[in-house]
Amino acid sequence: MPTFLPLIEDAIKKPIWNCRTCGQCVLHATGMTCPMTCPKELRNGPCGGVREDGSCEVVPGMRCVWLKAYDRKESWPLLPAWKRHFDDLRPPVDHRLHGTSSWLNLVTGRDRVQPRGWAWAREARAAELGALA
Amino acid sequence: MSRLSDVLVRGVDQVFTAEFPALDAGGMAVVAKHAQRLRPWFTACNATDNPAAHAHASNVATAIAMRQHGLEPIMQIVCRDKNRLAIQADMVGAALHGVENLCLLTGDDVTAGDEPEAKRVFDLDGPQAIAVADTLTRGTYLSGRALQPPPVLFPGAVENPGAPPFDHRIERVAKKAGAGARFLQLQICFHPDRLAGFCRGVAAAALVGHAPGTVSLLPTIVLVKGARALRYMHEKVPGIDVPEDTMRRVSAAADQAEAAYQLTLELAREALALPGVRGLHVTDFRHDDSVERLMRDLGRIPAAHPEESDAYRPAVGVQDRHDRP
Repeated sequence: MPTFLPLIEDAIKKPIWNCRTCGQCVLHATGMTCPMTCPKELRNGPCGGVREDGSCEVVPGMRCVWLKAYDRKESWPLLPAWKRHFDDLRPPVDHRLHGTSSWLNLVTGRDRVQPRGWAWAREARAAELGALA
Repeated sequence: MSRLSDVLVRGVDQVFTAEFPALDAGGMAVVAKHAQRLRPWFTACNATDNPAAHAHASNVATAIAMRQHGLEPIMQIVCRDKNRLAIQADMVGAALHGVENLCLLTGDDVTAGDEPEAKRVFDLDGPQAIAVADTLTRGTYLSGRALQPPPVLFPGAVENPGAPPFDHRIERVAKKAGAGARFLQLQICFHPDRLAGFCRGVAAAALVGHAPGTVSLLPTIVLVKGARALRYMHEKVPGIDVPEDTMRRVSAAADQAEAAYQLTLELAREALALPGVRGLHVTDFRHDDSVERLMRDLGRIPAAHPEESDAYRPAVGVQDRHDRP
């Protein structure tokens, strides 16, 4: 089964979402818009270079990936649980996962492994801000 | 504690920062000249990191040189040119020299510069870079490897109130404040309505303040010589839009330089009156005496002996700013 999973995933995600096989898919949380198709591969929202007409700083003809993501989050019937994660601070990409199946990594939990310092600091911040609130 | 963090956190005075000119050649004499000119007026100045995707003397080298000349640096780090190892190394390395203030941004793309064929890195993005700085201050590298004693860092960032998606820029502020940013230098914005809407939105979302999880806003204003520079920014700088009316107001004036100055002064005064705004960030493309003129027109008084007369005082019991637990 694991052998076929990447093939099925590719067959679906490449034509529809222009999947870059980062192996740690966040499509569901980013308005079903792949942030890896942003020329800067920004997973935490748009940069400051979005043009007046909403197009990309790098590729003038292309609508900003994140503008599409915001539109879809608001207008598509997505699961509320997915929408809740839209503004999460996503960790840096694990480049070792490039080319692997994100479905497989989802099942094994491999896609949720974060650098130790990152995870620890994130929890420390959450505790601190929780205490302040 | 840096002077910038001290003034921002205590909220004792307005804070004015400026862009330190990008350095290429000429050695320390050039640094000394600029530092002397800027020191009386600014709490701290930005040591830029390859601005507009053009190579210059590095952010780290510039920040250290500024500090040696009595001008407090805000070391910019962009995510375009370096991966996470190099970015952490720059933060920790600069901290060795007493550089505490950081300004973390995604950065213009390589295609905005004069070497568009270069490889773009973006191993981290702006919000992640802020969280990385925050991680270091808590005593570990990203990997979890100990960093003891932790460096004292004061992370800030940039946000653009003048570029789409306008409705969602506040969420960007929330994310950056949550990641550890304590101040935001706002991108130049020639639409006062957009800037006002943004600042009010940030204040309404309870994101402005002195405590962790909140930020101080420092809108950028830019000094230009005339309509040509405005046209250039409008056409060439990603994320900056100059309304046609604004450009016409300057281009139609008999004295363009004076009209451009008055425009800047007006934008500066309007910005300072907005909620959450603690001061301004000044970018100077005129290279004449108008920085001083602007600061005086805004009611600022030059610090005669900046080192002594500034609000900065070391915390009790701390003798050496470099050597703290």
